[in-house]
Amino acid sequence: MDLASILQYLVSGLTVGSTYGLTALGFTIIFNTTGVINFAQGEFVMLGGMLSVFFMKALGLALVPAIVLAVMVSVAVGAVFERFTIRPVKNASVIQLIIITIGVSILIRGLAMLAWGKDTFALPHFSGMQPIHIGGAAMLPQTIWVLAITLAMLAGLKLFFSSTIYGKGMLACSYDVKAAFLVGIDVRRMVLLSFMISALVGAVGGAILAPLTLTSYDVGILLGLKGFAACITGGLGNPFGAAAGGLILGVLESFGAGFISSAYKDAFTFIILLLLLFVKPSGLFGQASSDRV
Amino acid sequence: MTTGKKNTLGVAMFAALAAALPFLLTNDYYVSTLILAFLNAIIVIGLNLLLGYAGQISLGHGAFYGLAAYTTAILTTTYGWPMEAGLVAGVLLTVVTAYLIGIPTLKLSGHYLAMATLGFGLIVYIVFNESIELTGGPSGFVGVPRLELFGFAFESDLSYYFLVAGVLTLIVLLSLNLIDSRIGRAMRAIHTSEKAAEVSGIDIAAYKRFIFVLSAGYAGVAGVLYAHYLSFVAPSSFGFHFSVTLIVMVVLGGMANVWGAVAGAIFLSVLPEFLRAFEDIETLLYGGILVLGMMYLPDGIAGGITRLFKAAMARRVPHE
Repeated sequence: MDLASILQYLVSGLTVGSTYGLTALGFTIIFNTTGVINFAQGEFVMLGGMLSVFFMKALGLALVPAIVLAVMVSVAVGAVFERFTIRPVKNASVIQLIIITIGVSILIRGLAMLAWGKDTFALPHFSGMQPIHIGGAAMLPQTIWVLAITLAMLAGLKLFFSSTIYGKGMLACSYDVKAAFLVGIDVRRMVLLSFMISALVGAVGGAILAPLTLTSYDVGILLGLKGFAACITGGLGNPFGAAAGGLILGVLESFGAGFISSAYKDAFTFIILLLLLFVKPSGLFGQASSDRV
Repeated sequence: MTTGKKNTLGVAMFAALAAALPFLLTNDYYVSTLILAFLNAIIVIGLNLLLGYAGQISLGHGAFYGLAAYTTAILTTTYGWPMEAGLVAGVLLTVVTAYLIGIPTLKLSGHYLAMATLGFGLIVYIVFNESIELTGGPSGFVGVPRLELFGFAFESDLSYYFLVAGVLTLIVLLSLNLIDSRIGRAMRAIHTSEKAAEVSGIDIAAYKRFIFVLSAGYAGVAGVLYAHYLSFVAPSSFGFHFSVTLIVMVVLGGMANVWGAVAGAIFLSVLPEFLRAFEDIETLLYGGILVLGMMYLPDGIAGGITRLFKAAMARRVPHE
C-alpha cells in the first residue's frame, strides 16, 4: 500500500465518483419537486455520451458543438418524458410511478440499441492524453476536466436555486407543492423544468466521462443505480449531499477494487447501499427526520 | 356461486386445458417453450401476490430464481447430493435468504424498497458471475442432471411438461385460496393503507415478510425445476433484465389477479417464439407495455377486460 497507488486510486475514485454525483444530483432535482425517483436518470447520462459520439460522426461536428447539441437533445428528451408519461397520470401510486420510469428507461435504451447497435464507443479526450504526474500518480487531463466541470455545475445549480425566480420556485415546490401552488407558482412548469435540468446534468456527466470510460447503449443502468446509491449515501433530497455521496462512493469503490478485489468492484457499491438503507435511510448528511421515508 | 366454488372450477378448467395442450401441440419445441412459460408463470404469480395484493415491489426476484437454480445445480452436480435433497436445499436456501433479506428490507417502502431489492439482485448476480470456481462464471454451469424423483426419471419433455403443469396448478390453487383467506384480506388492507391496517390490529411487518418469503419460495420452486430441466444455468438468465421482465409480466397480466399473472407470463414467454424479428424490438415492446400499461391500464389487460365486461353488463341490465 504505497503512497503513489493510494493517490492513484483516490484520483480515479474521485473522477468516477463525480459522475455518480452528477447522476445523483439529477435524481435529487426531480425528487425534490415531484417526490418521484426517476429510474431513467441513467439513460440521460447514456444519451449525453452516445449522442455526442453520434453528432461527431454523423454530422461531422467538432467536439464542443457535438456535446452542446447532445445535451440539448437530452434536455428535449427529458421534457418529452415528463410531458407524456408523468404529467398525464394523476394520483398515481409510488409503485405506478416507479414502473413508469423503469418503462421509460427501457424504451430509451431500446431505441438507442436500435439506432446505434450494441458496440461501445469512445469520445476523444478534451485536451489530449498526456498524463500529468503528481506525487507518483498519473492523472489524465480529462480527469481535471471532469472534476472542474462537476464543480462548475454544482456552483451553477447553487446559484440557480438561490438567486433565480425559477430556482426559488422549484425550492418552494420541494417544501410543499400545495403551498407553492397557492402562492401562484406554476407547479407544472416547475416539474417540467426539473426533468429538463436533471436531463441536462445527467447528459453533461455522460459527455465528460465518455472519453475515460467509453459509452454504449446500456451504460445507463449501472450509472443510474450508483447515482441512486450516491443519493442515499448523501441523504435523499439534499443536492450537495448527493454530490458528496457520489465522490465518497467513487473513492470507496476505487479502493475496494484496488485493495480487495476488482471483480467485486460493483458489488461494493450495492453492499454499501443496502447497509445504509438498513441502518440509516436518511443518509450521512440527511436529517434524522423520517418524513420523506 | 361462492368464490371457493368459482376457484375450484377455474382451476379444474385450467388443469384440463394444460393437460390437453401437448396433444394439440405435437412439436417438442412447443412443449419446451410451454415448460419455460409455466415456470415463469409460477414466479409471476408470487410476484403478483407481493406487488399486486400487498403493494410491495421487488426488483430482485430474478435473484431468488437463480439462487435456487444454482444451489440445486451445484449440490447435485459438484457435491453429488441426491436430487430430492438438492431440490429441497434450493428452495430452502431461497426462503431463508428471503427471510433474512426481508427483515431489514421490508421496513422500507416505495423507492427505497425498490432500490434495496434491486441492489440485492445485483449483488447476487455479481456473485454468480465472479465466483467462477463455484458457479462457472459468466459462461455458466453445465452438466446438471435431468430430474429424477424417487426412481422416476423425467427423461422426455412431455413428462416434464406434466410435472411443471401440475406444480403450476397447485401454486394457482394455493394462491387463490390464500387471497380469499384472512391473510389475503390483511394483504389488501396493507395495500390500501398501511396505517389503517396497523391501527386495526394487523401485524403489517409479519404479513409483509410472509408474502415476501412466499413469493421468493415460488421463485425457488421454479428455479430448481428450471435447473434440472435445462441441465445448464448461466448468470444472464437471472439478472436485472429478467427481474424487470417479471414485472412486465405482472403489469401486463394485471396487478392483483392470479389468472392475469398466469396469462401475462405465458403470453410474454411464448410471444417471442412466434415473432422472429421480435428480438430487436423486444426491449422497446417491454418498455412500451410498462409505460402504457401503468398509465392507462393499471390493473392490466385482465383487469381492463373485466372492467369492459362489467360496464357492458351494467348497461344491459336496465333493459331486461
